[in-house]
Amino acid sequence: MEKKNTAVVTVVGNDTIGIIARVSAALARHDANILDISQTVLSGMFNMIMIVDISLSRFAQLEEELTQLGKELGLQIRIQRSEIFDAMHRI
Amino acid sequence: MINTSEILQTVRMITQEKLDIRTITMGISLYTCAHPDKNQLYTNIYDRITKQAEHLVKTGEDLEREFGIPIVNKRISVTPASLVAAACGDPIVVARAMDAAAKETGVNYIGGYTALVQKGMTASDRALIASLPEALSTTERVCASVNVASTRAGIDMDAVRLCGQAVKDIAEATRDTDASGCMKLVVFANAVEDNPFMAGAFHGPGEGDCCINVGISGPGVVKHALEVEAKGQPFDVVAETIKKTAFKITRVGQLIAREASSRLGVPFGIVDLSLAPTPAMGDSVAHILEEMGLEVCGCHGTTAALALLNDAVKKGGVLASSHVGGLSGAFIPVSEDIGMINAAACGALSLEKLEAMTCVCSVGLDMIAVPGDTPASTIAAIIADEAAIGMVNSKTTAVRIIPAPGKGVGDEVEFGGLFGRAPIMRVSPYSAEEFIARGGRIPAPLQSLKN
Repeated sequence: MEKKNTAVVTVVGNDTIGIIARVSAALARHDANILDISQTVLSGMFNMIMIVDISLSRFAQLEEELTQLGKELGLQIRIQRSEIFDAMHRI
Repeated sequence: MINTSEILQTVRMITQEKLDIRTITMGISLYTCAHPDKNQLYTNIYDRITKQAEHLVKTGEDLEREFGIPIVNKRISVTPASLVAAACGDPIVVARAMDAAAKETGVNYIGGYTALVQKGMTASDRALIASLPEALSTTERVCASVNVASTRAGIDMDAVRLCGQAVKDIAEATRDTDASGCMKLVVFANAVEDNPFMAGAFHGPGEGDCCINVGISGPGVVKHALEVEAKGQPFDVVAETIKKTAFKITRVGQLIAREASSRLGVPFGIVDLSLAPTPAMGDSVAHILEEMGLEVCGCHGTTAALALLNDAVKKGGVLASSHVGGLSGAFIPVSEDIGMINAAACGALSLEKLEAMTCVCSVGLDMIAVPGDTPASTIAAIIADEAAIGMVNSKTTAVRIIPAPGKGVGDEVEFGGLFGRAPIMRVSPYSAEEFIARGGRIPAPLQSLKN
């Protein structure tokens, strides 16, 4: 598997105003470029998956800010390097 | 491109089904450390381990953060201490150096206070076995193991007798903490050289200078998959479901192993395919067996269920990793698995049934608490029985048994944390004293004429 510099951001929780704005702003502050977004709201539950390029980001700081933001908004926000998903679901 | 449902499945496995990497274990050769002088031996070992494993814990933490998966333990295994201490003659020096180095590097356990005596014992092996009570009661993080049998060499019954006595003496030396020292000693048959799991990890004589071995986990993930995909289905579906799930779990292990090895600049050794449980709810191997339709783990049918599970995990895992090794079999430690604890407490699971279960899976009678007044000869006989199963079936078996001082059947021992708690199990009241007193060796079994 070649080395990639992308990560997957998953956001799950109750829908409120401005989730995407806040998460995108945090990513921008850490120089992470959004490559793809998919988002659904199912019976009030907000589900968002973002693929981001983190070549220019410092992972630890970005992760910390997203976790902190998740606490503020009452959501679960995770960022994981995308290799873990490739490893699990592709041969 | 990975799709949404796959991403959410991975996240669910980690957040809800307790998928984790159980351990990253760095194996370090201590051959270069041997020295006749005690102080020099201590310094050589301490320096070697602390230098080699300096970044191990930090790297493990970085990987946890970046891949979003918990790595529960970071550990070290070293060359069997009886080999390294032979020139000096005092193995306890090695234990102290190992303990100090473990604390400095921040690992929670270090394995390799070990003697390999399946064929016979050197003076150094004897000294190490004799030192076990002191080593395990005066150090904090050192884990010990003794290999007393192998399929090629038979069973060294002198070593078995000494180990039975050692278990009793360790229990006595650590009686204030319910014989907690016994948790740190594993007596093996056919011990493997690249096992990443404690307490039986050591860096075998056939290993290279240094390597990274990874132990996976994920009983909760397997159980959930069976609930969703195989409810009421025939065993063919059960086996297929377990295989597919084991593949996914193992791929994560392989990824972490490869990353750890490249960041630490140390060769990748193996991924161990064992499903390791914890006492936490939803992390139990026994519950997988119960999901297959058994009322309680330990009832009739348990051995068959375990055989299927163990085999399917391996079949799924082998494809997922470039090098598979270690113990690679379902673990059934009684105190570390909430389903096993409950089964033992309600009387469904006996020592005899556990012994039968160890015929079809790794790794033996693990974390079993027995009455404190169990004689040393009975413990030795339990070890001999397990060793015989391993020897005849060409597999690894082991005994990690805790004769809890002052406790009897109906009582419980609480170890805390990952070690959990264990109801005291009944042992046969009849004596094996004369059997164990014989000593000598049980010859290696015939490996042909199998009809």
